[in-house]
Amino acid sequence: MDWLYFLELFLSGLTKGSIYALIALGYTMVYGIIQLINFAHGEVYMIGAFTGLIVASILTLLGLNTLSILLLASMAAIIYSAAYGFTIEKIAYKPLRQAPRLSPLISAIGMSIFLQNYVMIAQTSDFMPFPSLIPDFEFMEPYAHIIGSPELVIILTTMVVMIFLTVLIKFTRIGKAMRATAQDKGMAMLVGVNIDRVISMTFIIGTALAAVGGILTACHVGQINFYIGFLAGLKAFTAAVLGGIGSIPGAVLGGLVLGLTESFGTGYISSDYEDVFAFTLLILILIFRPAGILGRSTTQKV
Amino acid sequence: MILELKNIQAFYGNLQVLKGVTIKINEGEIIALIGANGAGKTTTLMSVCGVVPPRFGEIYFMDKPIHNMSPDKIVALGISQVPEGRRIFPLLSVMENLDMGAFLRKDKAGIKQDLEYVFELFPVLAERRHQSGGTLSGGEQQMLAISRAIMARPKLLLLDEPSLGLAPLIVKQIFEIIRKFNTESGTTIFLVEQNANLALKTADRGYVMETGSITIQDTTKNLLKNEEVKKAYLGL
Ligand SMILES: Nc1ncnc2c1ncn2[C@@H]1O[C@H](COP(=O)(O)OP(=O)(O)OP(=O)(O)O)[C@@H](O)[C@H]1O
Ligand SMILES: [Mg+2]
Repeated sequence: MDWLYFLELFLSGLTKGSIYALIALGYTMVYGIIQLINFAHGEVYMIGAFTGLIVASILTLLGLNTLSILLLASMAAIIYSAAYGFTIEKIAYKPLRQAPRLSPLISAIGMSIFLQNYVMIAQTSDFMPFPSLIPDFEFMEPYAHIIGSPELVIILTTMVVMIFLTVLIKFTRIGKAMRATAQDKGMAMLVGVNIDRVISMTFIIGTALAAVGGILTACHVGQINFYIGFLAGLKAFTAAVLGGIGSIPGAVLGGLVLGLTESFGTGYISSDYEDVFAFTLLILILIFRPAGILGRSTTQKV
Repeated sequence: MILELKNIQAFYGNLQVLKGVTIKINEGEIIALIGANGAGKTTTLMSVCGVVPPRFGEIYFMDKPIHNMSPDKIVALGISQVPEGRRIFPLLSVMENLDMGAFLRKDKAGIKQDLEYVFELFPVLAERRHQSGGTLSGGEQQMLAISRAIMARPKLLLLDEPSLGLAPLIVKQIFEIIRKFNTESGTTIFLVEQNANLALKTADRGYVMETGSITIQDTTKNLLKNEEVKKAYLGL
């Protein structure tokens, strides 16, 4: 067995899986709180990438160095996407909170289509090149044949974000309020939790994570268009369901399992069927563990 | 007067459940509200808390109108509820459930003091503090629900059927503690119960509710002697 090849596939799977996990967290957190699949979530990821591109282009003209461009563009993308997440909830979901469950779902699909078309009209339908904002680190040169600097940055960033999120949810006031709200909204209200604020916060955090994923992927892949949110969203949704929708550790695990499956599948079997592996895995897991790997009965929602 | 419900009417959609309810509660009292299944007792408490706001009528808490306020604002004023069915956060630990009770408080020292107080009232909770709420027994969950409400240091405590589904010995213990808490802290208590006998022996005054209206109100001493109450609620 070629261990180097295996390692290479493993790391590229980990990279992909990290991105899926970042986006899947948004799906799963929102589902945990209001039992809604936010179909517009992939679009917020795409908008994050576009914001990054625009800000990066301006800053490049101003002559800043790559690393500060990356940081500033990411910050702008996070803020802009979070504002979108906040607004989407307020206009598309909040008015429908008492409505039958199908209504917000349809509203979510409508929001997704609207945002795609809006970006297509406001920008362009062509692919646009995205600058490689992640520099090739010198210390990485000896390992360049196994893992590139962008992959390393993606994996490390994701790890840091996960730790941050875990601490937030386990130990902070808003984290406790989020868990309480996910478990019993009415009771959370009776102890004084402002449910609207918790729901808004959930959207803000989830979409901020998607924006991070959007920027990192765009740097890695090198091009974006208005449609990238669709497949990324679908894969991340798959990851969230795989892990057990509503479960935060599940979203991370689901993302990694999905990324690794795709990577090993394309590496050892055939590169033509990347998406087939993802969805075959989904079907298999749903047959044998309908609630997902860490499905609801064994883990915490949010 | 600490709480005053003035002719409130509450609805679920088009279904009218409260048909003009008037209740007055003085500071420091224990008030009992008894009535049959579906009379509207739980709805009354939910109206006070702003979860089912009244469509008509007014609610005053310490002379302040609260019938248009959101639940979190009402809690902040000093009203806590131990809801029907206890509603423990099942995946939060006992400690975290108690923390949630003190969600709106900032006074760390006071919170610590109240925590020690509830652990003194219910020592079993101190033993189980790291266990998740959902794994407690029914009686322990009721103790936790009461403690969670006490952690808000309320001026008015609403209790919805604290005896529900519990063994007589536990019920006795819990009601003793409710009375003890009332005496020690001076907290006003509004107690909803189906167990009329127990409720009327615990409270100072009582109201009887029938299909959304108050039909009788009196001191509990008189209610225990009232022929109608005896026949309908005390099974005598
Ligand atoms: N969420 C709801 N939606 C519609 N109807 C409701 C709802 N909650 C309660 N009701 C109805 O309102 C009426 C009063 O209910 P409520 O729970 O206030 O009664 P209760 O006096 O607390 O009864 P119990 O002693 O059984 O707890 C009942 O007829 C009930 O069916
Ligand atoms: Mg009831």
